[in-house]
Amino acid sequence: MTDAAIVAEGIGKRFGPVPALDGVDLVLPAGGVLGLLGPNGAGKTTLVRVLATLLRPDRGRARVAGFDVADQPREVRRRIGLSGQYAAVDPFLTGQENLVMIGRLCGLSARQARRRAGDLIGQLDLAGTAGRLVRAYSGGMRRRLDVAASLVAAPPVLFLDEPTTGLDPRGRLALWQVLGELAGTGTSVLLTTQYIEEAERLASMIMIIDHGTVIASGTPGQLRDRAGGDRLDLQAAPGEDPRHLAGALAPLGTGEPVVDEAAGRVILPVADLAASLPAVAARLAAAGLHVSALAVRRPTLEEAFLAVTGQPAGPSAPGPDAACPPAARPGPARRTRSAR
Amino acid sequence: MTAVTTGPGGRPDGAALILGSTAAITARNLRRLVRVPTLLVFATVQPVLFVLLFTYTFGGAIHAPGVTRYIDYLLPGILVLAIGFGASQTGVAIAEDLTTGMIDRFRSLPVPGAAVLAGRVIADALRNLFVAALMIAVGAAIGFRFHAGPAAALAAVALAVATGVAFSWLNLLLGLAVRDPESAGLAGLFPVIILFFTSSALVPVATMPGWLQAFARANPVTVITGALRALCLGGPTARPAAEAAAWLAGLLAVAVPAAVARYRHATST
Repeated sequence: MTDAAIVAEGIGKRFGPVPALDGVDLVLPAGGVLGLLGPNGAGKTTLVRVLATLLRPDRGRARVAGFDVADQPREVRRRIGLSGQYAAVDPFLTGQENLVMIGRLCGLSARQARRRAGDLIGQLDLAGTAGRLVRAYSGGMRRRLDVAASLVAAPPVLFLDEPTTGLDPRGRLALWQVLGELAGTGTSVLLTTQYIEEAERLASMIMIIDHGTVIASGTPGQLRDRAGGDRLDLQAAPGEDPRHLAGALAPLGTGEPVVDEAAGRVILPVADLAASLPAVAARLAAAGLHVSALAVRRPTLEEAFLAVTGQPAGPSAPGPDAACPPAARPGPARRTRSAR
Repeated sequence: MTAVTTGPGGRPDGAALILGSTAAITARNLRRLVRVPTLLVFATVQPVLFVLLFTYTFGGAIHAPGVTRYIDYLLPGILVLAIGFGASQTGVAIAEDLTTGMIDRFRSLPVPGAAVLAGRVIADALRNLFVAALMIAVGAAIGFRFHAGPAAALAAVALAVATGVAFSWLNLLLGLAVRDPESAGLAGLFPVIILFFTSSALVPVATMPGWLQAFARANPVTVITGALRALCLGGPTARPAAEAAAWLAGLLAVAVPAAVARYRHATST
């Protein structure tokens, strides 16, 4: 056994002429949570399918929980849990029946399977609905049941493929809570997501993939550094045009200012706050512009993602918008690039 | 959350795991059978309709040899039809499991593919046992009788169920190959309809044009119906039963390994 939960080297997989994965290397240390981030079609799900023994790679090798996915798939399957993009639970069974069935398929006795199902129903807060047919479940409950199903065998390695896609804000927050607790128990987790906030919230390591190749990886902090320097957040005073603000301050930034016209906000990348703040104040005074708020912060992961991919991560996670006061959010969810 | 990391007990290997998982899959499919409306209709309403419709529409016009009541001649044939139609739902169900990701889930668990497929076939065999009993009961109410004793009657039911097992494996292979529930349903029904109407199930082969007779005699539905009739009506049974068994063994020898091999690489994308 190696210490790493997952080691993948040079994984390649084609569907017809299209390379879905083109030489992906990946290491997930035991007990770690790796967030696999990328736009739709980047190859995230294909990579999970290869590592979960569902697809054979065309090239490359991978070991999961110490076993080769191509040569020892049965051994790998004893040690993994998979919660896929589409909740794979039987709609015509009750939640409890689904979990008992999975338990039996993992080799538990009927009694063990019932006890295990009961434990998970409690942990994932499904007690009120466990006796109902899954057909009547909400999307959030279905996902929680799907995650519960992937936990039945207490696997040391867990794959979560876009676990919160399609959930409403409440469902997303509830599942984050569960996954956060799970990550704290020593289970190694490979999580794919389109939501930067999800990766940031749950993952200790992040890997960004696009067009089947890894384009960046590191801790959230290291990735933020990739976006370069700090960010100056300015709120134009009521009635002021944020584009004027952006125009006046643009020469002080290390990059193009980002303007959110509707919100009256400007975000300016700056090299060093201490050095730039007096110059910013002087510029504002000289131009006769007023701001109602000014803050400096580290770049968000979304900005890092933009810096490395040249495109946004995907739909912005609506979850925390609704649940947290706006002040708790470091970056605006939607913004338009300045015309300049 | 401590229970998540501590294993819930020993994991049996080999035979125990295969038996336990086959039983779990069988239980799942039996539950679906009574909860999914279309499956329930295929298992109850349709067989009853077959008995009544065919008896009262064709019964007056067809004078089958060796029987006084047409229902005695008809019932073995429509048993095969009802079981064949029902088996198309096996292909639909496995294609559905593929598209919904259920097969992905099963394949990510340490469950042998044979157990997943066998669990479905066993549930279907139990359904067919019920279908055969229901059709025989409805048939008996309108005049059907076994004429060759209880042992032959039981053998007839066993042959009907065995026919269902072979059809189910063929439909599993179809469903795994076409991967789309609607196509699987059509692909499963079409051969049954063609083979049924070109067989001795409704009318004696001798009443068909010469060119069709050769095909009709070799048709597995004719062979199986012939064996069922011999078991129901009496007369020589050894040869028809052996021919039917040979057909079923041949179908299984092709379909079982092919379906298991298909399953191994089946995935939803």
